[in-house]
Amino acid sequence: MSDVMQTAANASDAPGEIRTMNMIQAINSALDVAMARDEKIVVLGEDVGYFGGVFKATEGLQKKHGKTRVFDTPISENGIIGVAVGMATYGLRPVPEIQFADYIYPGLDQLVSEAARLRYRSAGEFTAPITVRSPFGGGIFGGQTHSQSPEAIFAHVSGLKTVIPSNPYDAKGLLIAAIEDNDPVIFFEPKRIYNGPFDGHYETPVSPWSKFPESNVPEGYYRVDLGKARLVREGGDVTILAYGTMVHVAQGVVDAMAIDGEIVDLRTIVPLDMETIAASVRKTGRCIVLHEATKTGGFGAELSALVQEHCFHWLEAPVERVTGWDTPYPHSLEWAYFPGPVRLAEALKRIMQD
Amino acid sequence: MTGRNLPPLSLHVPEPRFRPGDEADFVDFEMPVAGAVARPDIAAKPDAMRDMCYAMVRVLDDDGRAQGPWDPRLDAGILLKMLRHMALTRAFDERLYRAQRQGKTSFYMKCLGEEATSIGAAHALDYDDMLFPSYRQQGLLIARDWSIVDMINQIYSNKADRLKGRQLPIMYSVKEANFFSISGNLTTQYPQAVGWAMASAARGDTRIAAAWCGEGSTAEGDFHSAMTFAAVYRAPVILNVINNQWAISSFSGFAGAEETTFAARAVGYGIAGLRVDGNDALAVYAATQWAADRARSNHGPTLIEHFTYRTEGHSTSDDPSKYRSAQEGNKWPLGDPIARLKQHVIALGIWDEERHATMDREVAEQVKLAQREAEKNGVLHDGLKQSFDSMFEDVFEEMPWHLKQQQQQMHDERKAAGI
Repeated sequence: MSDVMQTAANASDAPGEIRTMNMIQAINSALDVAMARDEKIVVLGEDVGYFGGVFKATEGLQKKHGKTRVFDTPISENGIIGVAVGMATYGLRPVPEIQFADYIYPGLDQLVSEAARLRYRSAGEFTAPITVRSPFGGGIFGGQTHSQSPEAIFAHVSGLKTVIPSNPYDAKGLLIAAIEDNDPVIFFEPKRIYNGPFDGHYETPVSPWSKFPESNVPEGYYRVDLGKARLVREGGDVTILAYGTMVHVAQGVVDAMAIDGEIVDLRTIVPLDMETIAASVRKTGRCIVLHEATKTGGFGAELSALVQEHCFHWLEAPVERVTGWDTPYPHSLEWAYFPGPVRLAEALKRIMQD
Repeated sequence: MTGRNLPPLSLHVPEPRFRPGDEADFVDFEMPVAGAVARPDIAAKPDAMRDMCYAMVRVLDDDGRAQGPWDPRLDAGILLKMLRHMALTRAFDERLYRAQRQGKTSFYMKCLGEEATSIGAAHALDYDDMLFPSYRQQGLLIARDWSIVDMINQIYSNKADRLKGRQLPIMYSVKEANFFSISGNLTTQYPQAVGWAMASAARGDTRIAAAWCGEGSTAEGDFHSAMTFAAVYRAPVILNVINNQWAISSFSGFAGAEETTFAARAVGYGIAGLRVDGNDALAVYAATQWAADRARSNHGPTLIEHFTYRTEGHSTSDDPSKYRSAQEGNKWPLGDPIARLKQHVIALGIWDEERHATMDREVAEQVKLAQREAEKNGVLHDGLKQSFDSMFEDVFEEMPWHLKQQQQQMHDERKAAGI
């Protein structure tokens, strides 16, 4: 290797200068940095090429990395994920985008029966190191086809990892870690917080990410390891387990109430940082699980069971689940559906009475 | 990489001819001659009419005269009704698109330039034939004289919205007009239309089904499932592909148009395929009529490709100037569907410029009044217009205990919040 190449390789390992980025820019930067480091990484999906994606997450990448590494696809989610598995089998590291999580279902067979089980059924001969990026969650008046949070479906499938970032810094570090992971990863991007954190107060305008420290993102390479939760706020009264948009709803409510809440941002739900969760609940003795997805069979049910298994003797109240209702995501009644500040505050009041 | 001394493979990634800033021209487009394509018998075997998949049925010539065996020879009443329905559809789109821009609703999708594909088809079908539309077939409802006030109520998710504010704007559902609930997911309605048609056939009914999807959506697995089932059971169904050249930012090449036509998808499945000038209302009418007669006579399904152009963006959420040449729309060689039918009826001597201008004013006024009427029931962003209880209804026929509990919790919450 020449000296020049050596220097370049070293430079690409450095986090580099700090820039202010929103979540879209951080995701774009993660893809860019990862692609520059590893020529086996390819990005594919509907509208991701010339247009740069409907949310602009892949803007400029085709121009920079070329059409055979960043390309548009036919509108076929099972095709997108199926060819990603095939490309991975060849030895590439594909990062397919599914335009909205609500459209991922035609791709389920390729994810559930193929990507997730390839390593197992071939005893490690074949693997599918793909990272499926997909905007998810509501709060944008997208109705039932642009609002869903289907993370529990994927968490239920053995062999898939599921990542949900809550801010620009994490989004970039987690996405790089996901791409470098040798197993298939579902990377759900809460689209409501692409431009700024959202605390559930829909009547007030959202402040841009630039006003928050999590928008300080290194422009180079760094990882946020999968399976490590983040303590957002330390507190002694009650633990709130959340991820994605809901982390900010929890922060808003805890700040507004005279409750010393501890907020844990799970960041990845599979693998799960049980150690951090258990330590927190054993300290506080109370636990609220918060997610936007529907309640029945939601990931909150798993969290609630795990907390009960690991922390039963420390619990002073039943674990509360604060979630979306068990209905399809409505259009006009979006804010009556969304598990916002009122629903969480009521649950906090209840759990603190016990 | 192997060590063999072979030339390297290369990956073909389609690229449209024009991008923003490019001079668009369609000099390579070979304009099919109006009236030149033969009209097969409705009982023709699919393999005897494969050439139809690569030709293009056109009726109206450059002078607005109807030509050839596909001329449906419609009377003046139907011609003028189709013209008015297209004009009303365009006026409706214009005003409701603006309503979205004014913040009265969250979303809108125009069908500008594609009006003939819906209006021509709706007029050629029977009212009780079942329609399985995609999201750009508002013209079907308008051609069935469905209330545009009702459509606007849906767009506004207001208190008169029959869908109870649950669906994204324009995702209509009108059972009374035999118009299936629009999904928003792509091509899911295709196998459903085939299934409806199979049921109709199994029960000895006389009604047929018709479905629509875009050329981009033909890539979805559901398209291919539908084609297979339609072929196997000779289902009485018309499967329409609206080839408007663009799927958001992806040109038709990303659905396979570089190597073949969408009508030719029919060949592999062994069903009849037709390719028509989608900006020629008479050609759309004639092709739909042919396919309907064929289906109703137990000769099976037809795939119809409507060759047209999406003159607007995909929806209110994208800016087409970011991914395609702004000139394409104006230079589209097959012209504007309304202008072409107008030219035809003027040439027939049953219409003139003055009456046309009057009609345009009338449909604009009609939409304006309908909008005013609908706004009495509210618009999306001036508050929550639906009953809160309605959110929990229709998940199941009967509400299970856990939904009742959540419904009560919602009321408690609202009380706590002082709403």
